[in-house]
Amino acid sequence: MKVFMLGWEFPPFISGGLGTACYGLTKALSKMGLEVTFVLPRSISMGSHSTHVQMRTPADINDSDINLVEYERNLKNIKFKAIDSPLKPYASNEAYRREIEAMIRAKQQRCGAGKAVETNCLDSLAHYAGDMYTEVHRYAASSVKLALQEDFDVIHAHDWMTFPAGMAVAAVTGKPLIVHIHSTEFDRSGENVNQMIYDIERAGMHAADKIIAVSFLTRNIIISRYGITGDKVEVVYNGVERNGNGLSFNRIGINKDEKIVLFLGRITMQKGPEYFLGAAKKVLEVMDNVKFVMAGSGDMMRKAVELAANLGIGSKVLFTGFLRGEDVRKVYEMADLYVMTSVSEPFGIAPLEALNNDVPVLISRQSGVSEVLTHVLKADFWDVNEIANKIVAVLKYPPLQMALREHGNYEVRKLKWDDAAQKCMQIYNQLSASTVCV
Amino acid sequence: MPSVCFYFQVHQPCRLRHYTVFDKDHKYFDDSKNKSICRKVANKCYLPANRLILDLIRQNNGKFKVAYSITGVLLEQLAEYAPEVMSTFDALAQTGCVEFLAETYYHSLSFLYSRNEFKEQIYKHIETIERLFGVRPKVFRNTELIYSNDLVDVIESMGIFDGILTEGADKILGGRSPNFIYTSPRSSRIKLLLKNYTLSDDIAFRFSNRDWCEWPLMAYKFSDWVNKVNGNGYNVNLFMDYETFGEHQWEDTGIFDFMRHLPGEIMKHPDNNFKTPSEVIASYPATDILDVPNVISWADTERDLSAWLGNPLQSSALHELYRMEQQVKLTGDSAILTDWRKLQTSDHFYYMCTKYFADGDVHKYFNPYDSPYDSYINFMNVMGNLEKRYKARLKTNTAVTGG
Repeated sequence: MKVFMLGWEFPPFISGGLGTACYGLTKALSKMGLEVTFVLPRSISMGSHSTHVQMRTPADINDSDINLVEYERNLKNIKFKAIDSPLKPYASNEAYRREIEAMIRAKQQRCGAGKAVETNCLDSLAHYAGDMYTEVHRYAASSVKLALQEDFDVIHAHDWMTFPAGMAVAAVTGKPLIVHIHSTEFDRSGENVNQMIYDIERAGMHAADKIIAVSFLTRNIIISRYGITGDKVEVVYNGVERNGNGLSFNRIGINKDEKIVLFLGRITMQKGPEYFLGAAKKVLEVMDNVKFVMAGSGDMMRKAVELAANLGIGSKVLFTGFLRGEDVRKVYEMADLYVMTSVSEPFGIAPLEALNNDVPVLISRQSGVSEVLTHVLKADFWDVNEIANKIVAVLKYPPLQMALREHGNYEVRKLKWDDAAQKCMQIYNQLSASTVCV
Repeated sequence: MPSVCFYFQVHQPCRLRHYTVFDKDHKYFDDSKNKSICRKVANKCYLPANRLILDLIRQNNGKFKVAYSITGVLLEQLAEYAPEVMSTFDALAQTGCVEFLAETYYHSLSFLYSRNEFKEQIYKHIETIERLFGVRPKVFRNTELIYSNDLVDVIESMGIFDGILTEGADKILGGRSPNFIYTSPRSSRIKLLLKNYTLSDDIAFRFSNRDWCEWPLMAYKFSDWVNKVNGNGYNVNLFMDYETFGEHQWEDTGIFDFMRHLPGEIMKHPDNNFKTPSEVIASYPATDILDVPNVISWADTERDLSAWLGNPLQSSALHELYRMEQQVKLTGDSAILTDWRKLQTSDHFYYMCTKYFADGDVHKYFNPYDSPYDSYINFMNVMGNLEKRYKARLKTNTAVTGG
């Protein structure tokens, strides 16, 4: 089984859970002996247009950071194909389209008729110009070229940015397309959806032979908001890499003067930072020795700082900016509780990482991860009173913190990427078996 | 010769309302939820089951007998929310074929934490039963059939009981049969009646299980199993929750029909009969001594305390609760005392059990909370308020006596 996988980010060039997920999944697939070609845009410039996704590009990062030896050991069946997009700029959207269509026509002539439908969705997107569109489609065009040189059985595309590429490759090669939904435009933007992104998502989902959703929460959104029938959508939960140090007993007994409650994630509408701050305000009404740490950056950062000040808790809330690597580990080490107040979280890998680092978690019920975790505290994201109630309890009652940490740390080990890969494998097998035209 | 001895546990806890750290009032219990559950269980179980038992006693001319242990917390709720159930229990008491057992009024784990409180609750329960049904219990059953040698010491010292009911756990019997009467090394006077858990659970747990090879269980088949005890046992103790009828096993499983036919089938064998626990104790001699140094219970496969005391949440909540005893009693405030006692009901701690939580089973079915952590937080918030309350009360008390 060979998989042509289309992704947008991969560690260490990540801004969120997508890259982490792609790494975990491909590593597990590789372990199972599948061959994966992972197509990644090597250099993309999203510029100021990226309001919903924040990107780190290779240009920002020193190459020496990547431990290639380690990568090759873990991902031995994975071939990386980086598309150095700025080196092959397309003169215009029109040119790009002509090229794609020419390629599709060529393929169709070889393959006979049929499979003409997919090109329509490309037409419908054509009137959106702009950088994001250009980048996404440039990536698509390069992917098609790559695909023609490769031999594979299925196409697996992660999130909307790779869908045009997925659709194009499927149209050209006739291979089955799986789109993997890690998050939808409704999760990221609430009701203020970017119509272009929504259209791409919708087109990708309709063109796909199978859709993988990271939770039932996401599956429901796919069915209700994108007009997809349920039998086309499978739920495959994410896993977590076991990278924590296990229960570090030396923490117990550390006598800190202050308790630390941690928010770690992008400070955007999706993550509900205002609910975190609202709860902080309530907690401080009944407890004094608490600090609230907001680790992350995002378009609501400034608003969050102002809100903390307006609530009169400015001195109790610390903003650290975006953390990575060792800093993340350190902040987990200090934290008494991790709180995720996401308004809509398709899955939420971050709480798993908190648990992995021995930090108990309180998560919003509006998250996919709450479908799989039981040894955590849960509250509705809008229920600031209840969030505060639970934060106080964890800080006040050491047995609660201990029980959550011990059971949670154990439970998180059951979420394995191997299981996710196994499910993907089943889907690959199903689809490649039912494909007639190759 | 086997005498079938039925004992039904009848209990509903007083459930707490959602109580946050920001709540200030002293209204801890969810009256409307307790009322609706009480009414539901009354209609599905207590009323139809009581009528059935009453019919069976009359049909068999007093040869069918049963025992009940009804907790004080439930009696209070029944009086308020379902008084018709009280009249049917009263009618049962009038037949003379029903024995009422004694237990801790609040269905508490006080035996493990405070012997004083334990005895006070037993007295309170005995007095209530006598007042309501006109009979004074002579046989004791502890919450969740919790038992050890030490329990015998306490019960014997009270001087009012002839026997104790407990679980016929393999680990205490060590190959011996539960179908005999035993005594403790601590007392030869107090007799022990042991639950035959195989036959009891055939009714209470397996009755409607279609994967069970004996399904469907018919009264004649069950009677055959009882008959097999003939010759190697005096008594078959069938101990179970009363809610087995209509609530744990729904009516459409045929549980009521099964029960309707059971007495007749059992008494087809001329050597069989029905006896209440006191009658069993009076009829047969003790055959052996059971040494139980470690505490047992009737719960789960472990037959231990882990369902109530298995994790740090439960033990911290229990320790905190009983730590308050002296202070609460010093206040002399009956409202504070009653609230404190209602918090002792074992169910509150059962809800905090993390043992099978992730698997979702019998523990989940009875749990009004989404998670054991939620129940702990709620309980601790209530206890936090109670603590403030009794402290404030003690302060005014001293101010009054001082001034």
